[in-house]
Amino acid sequence: MTPELFLQYIFAGLTYGIIYAIVAIGFNIIYNTTGIINFAQGEFVMLGGMIAISLQKLLPLPLAIGLAVLITMLVGALIEIVFIRWLDRPSVLRLIIITIGISILSREAALHIWGESVRALPYFVGNEISAVAIFGARISPQVLWVMGVCTVMVILLSLFFRYTLTGQKMQACSANRKAATLCGINTRNMVTLSFMLSAGIGALAGCVMSPITYTSYDGGTELAIKGFTVAIMGGLGNSMAAVAAGLLLGLIESFSISLMPLAYKDAIAISILLLILFVRPHGLFGRKDAASLKEF
Amino acid sequence: MAPILEVRTLNRRFGGLKAVCDVSFTVAENQIKAVIGPNGAGKTTLFNLISGALPADSGQVVFREREIQECQPWQIARAGMARTYQNIKLFPGMTALENVMIGRHCRSRAGFAAGMLNLPRTWKEEREIREKSLELLELLEIADLAETEAVSLAFGQQRGVEFARALAAKPKLLLLDEPAAGLNMHETAEVARLIVKIRDLGITVLLVEHDMSLVMDISDEIVVLSFGQKIAEDVPTGIQQNPEVIKIYLGDGDDA
Amino acid sequence: MKRYLPLFVLLVLVVLVQLATSWSGTTYYLTQLTMSAYYSLVIIGLCLLMGYTGQISLGHAGFFAIGGYVSALLTTHNLVAYQDQAWIALLVKFGCLVAGKDLYGGPLLVVQPWVACLAAVAVTVLIAFLIGGPVLKLKGHYLAMATLGFGTIIYRVVLANRLFGEADGISSVPPFHLLPGVTVSGGFGARISNYYIAWGLVLIFMILLINLIHSRVGRALRAIHGSEEAANAMGVNTARYKLNIFVLSAAVAALAGVFLTHYNGGIGPSEAGIMKSVRYVAIVAVGGMASIWGALSMGVILNFLSLRGVFGSYDDAVFGTILIVIMLFAPEGLLRLKLYSRWKKRRGVE
Repeated sequence: MTPELFLQYIFAGLTYGIIYAIVAIGFNIIYNTTGIINFAQGEFVMLGGMIAISLQKLLPLPLAIGLAVLITMLVGALIEIVFIRWLDRPSVLRLIIITIGISILSREAALHIWGESVRALPYFVGNEISAVAIFGARISPQVLWVMGVCTVMVILLSLFFRYTLTGQKMQACSANRKAATLCGINTRNMVTLSFMLSAGIGALAGCVMSPITYTSYDGGTELAIKGFTVAIMGGLGNSMAAVAAGLLLGLIESFSISLMPLAYKDAIAISILLLILFVRPHGLFGRKDAASLKEF
Repeated sequence: MAPILEVRTLNRRFGGLKAVCDVSFTVAENQIKAVIGPNGAGKTTLFNLISGALPADSGQVVFREREIQECQPWQIARAGMARTYQNIKLFPGMTALENVMIGRHCRSRAGFAAGMLNLPRTWKEEREIREKSLELLELLEIADLAETEAVSLAFGQQRGVEFARALAAKPKLLLLDEPAAGLNMHETAEVARLIVKIRDLGITVLLVEHDMSLVMDISDEIVVLSFGQKIAEDVPTGIQQNPEVIKIYLGDGDDA
Repeated sequence: MKRYLPLFVLLVLVVLVQLATSWSGTTYYLTQLTMSAYYSLVIIGLCLLMGYTGQISLGHAGFFAIGGYVSALLTTHNLVAYQDQAWIALLVKFGCLVAGKDLYGGPLLVVQPWVACLAAVAVTVLIAFLIGGPVLKLKGHYLAMATLGFGTIIYRVVLANRLFGEADGISSVPPFHLLPGVTVSGGFGARISNYYIAWGLVLIFMILLINLIHSRVGRALRAIHGSEEAANAMGVNTARYKLNIFVLSAAVAALAGVFLTHYNGGIGPSEAGIMKSVRYVAIVAVGGMASIWGALSMGVILNFLSLRGVFGSYDDAVFGTILIVIMLFAPEGLLRLKLYSRWKKRRGVE
């Protein structure tokens, strides 16, 4: 393996890895605030890309992306309000099935609106053959966009949670919901906000990765599984660990091509997921008591 | 004669809280032994440790000369220990009789194959289980409630069903977690009579209780816990006069 | 004896429907009803798992697929190239292999369908035992994701493997001679007999299940469903019971897979897909989590409608919607809607 090829694999791995990390963070945000695993998380990513693709026929690209993210955030809020908000102490099983149903419906809606065809946003800079040379490896500028945008998102999120009042309120909800209510925090709105936030970052990731990975109506499911794997690897709820875990998974997948047939690549994430669930459900970085699920 | 139950330096903590701290005591066969203490003393945790519902951090529980602290609750039930719950854990969706019949599970054998094929040899066993369960309900004078849904019964009747269920397991040692909780004076006296009757049938009883009259009336020995530690272990009269015990229940007398 | 009453009603219904279709010349309905019967087997097994032990399985289509694919593979994979090897000769001697001619008239040596069926179910049981232990220790979301992951792995494996026909699956699966005169196959002439084979299988399984529910084991299962902690304390080895139910439901799904594969003459990767698994869960939810009759009736109705194409391109969307609506408004299933139980209480029925 030449050094250039090696670097090529690394960049590919990091690119996909950071996308998985963003999906995982989306899972974590909702899980932290509510204890729900939102099976429809992958669909947020898909919707962001799809909506942006439709809009960019009418609007300049940055505007299309911004609007797509906004619309997806509204969809996220809508989902929470219509399906989840008014449930009275629902059981975990019920919530799982509901979010699965939402995932399916979103997929089917996308199928009927946009059809089966695979689409993509245009490259932000240049086109599919333009490349930047980094230490000898030829990297598409879009890769740099993906990594840059996602990194900025991660940084902004951690700043948000640590230093803004709203962010701290959400942290309070995640630590102890009842206590948060007693402190005067409107936990119901925090829940809606968590859905909007997860939808937003998912949508932005979906837009920025669309030129490279293409967007189709059924792309969400696989992302959700991989995102969940990454979230579990880092320990559910731990977003910093999710970033590390995401990059790790991306690299493993990327290098696996040199070891086994391409068709099995997708089975790797699931195998890792099962392995971790069976052996160490609290993840590589989590604590044992974190494996007990939060209450909704 | 070896004691039927021996608890040796049992320890259990939850995070920073030491719920049970180096507790040791024994229960002799055919005895009625009570565990008392103020709220939060660790009594229910102790029960959960003994019955296997909770793993101990350290220490041993020796039941009929076998160490059981590593065993699963179902194994301990089969070994001859049954329990009731403070908050009553009857099975919803099943009648009172069916609840009691479950108690008999560890004393019967029909498995998956026999069940699916409805083999004749299971008919006799089922009949026997049903009869014994009805007998127990009669013993507790609630046989007329046999076909009612268990969780819809009145509180005192539910207690009776739970008793019957525990007895159906033919235990050598019966753990009763606050059997008189929520009962009035009359019902409490009934419970006291029942516990003595059970002991006379050859079953050892270990109970956790707050009702002092019940405890002092029927117990042979009493263990007192406070903040997870054993303060005293003695006959009732001795406990009543123990200054440490008086202090934890009534305070120092200095705060006027 | 009165516990078997609904079974007699079912038997009568099955016969009546067949006679009605023959009389009105609409025997093509029997095809979908046969397929629905096999799918309902999977659903009833899943109902047992979800309703009585409270374990959700989002990967049950995986077990169906294992059963179907293993039997399809064994009955179509030509071993004639190995016929000189010792162990092949041994299998031939024991009657496990069957010789014939392939599509082009060349010599064909494949596993006999009965042996393939037993092998398929055995493999499934083995896999279920292996993953059941660790999977059932998980709770809630972790359990859901683990089963989802399992189903997805099976899907990926059959999709990626040339041995399993990749995206095309395996076809030309031969008929399955159950007994002299009773054959599972998809031919026109065999429509009616196959209808009765399928429903015969369903009836047999229902008998076994009803017996189980009314037995000591059934009582223990209901106890586990009511309060796992108390059941454990009463001497029920809850872990082992949950595992046994898991394996049982997997075995039934595999058996249904075997039969349906021989009936259809083939199997494809979509049978292992998430959408199939979700469909099974949706139907169990609608029928009422612990009601095997609800599961059976909903299984037949919804599968029949789906197979007839009534839902058109909205097929998956319909099941997704059913899932959501039921979980939002009637989580105990349609038969247990709050209105119904209030009606029952007023009439003093219980």
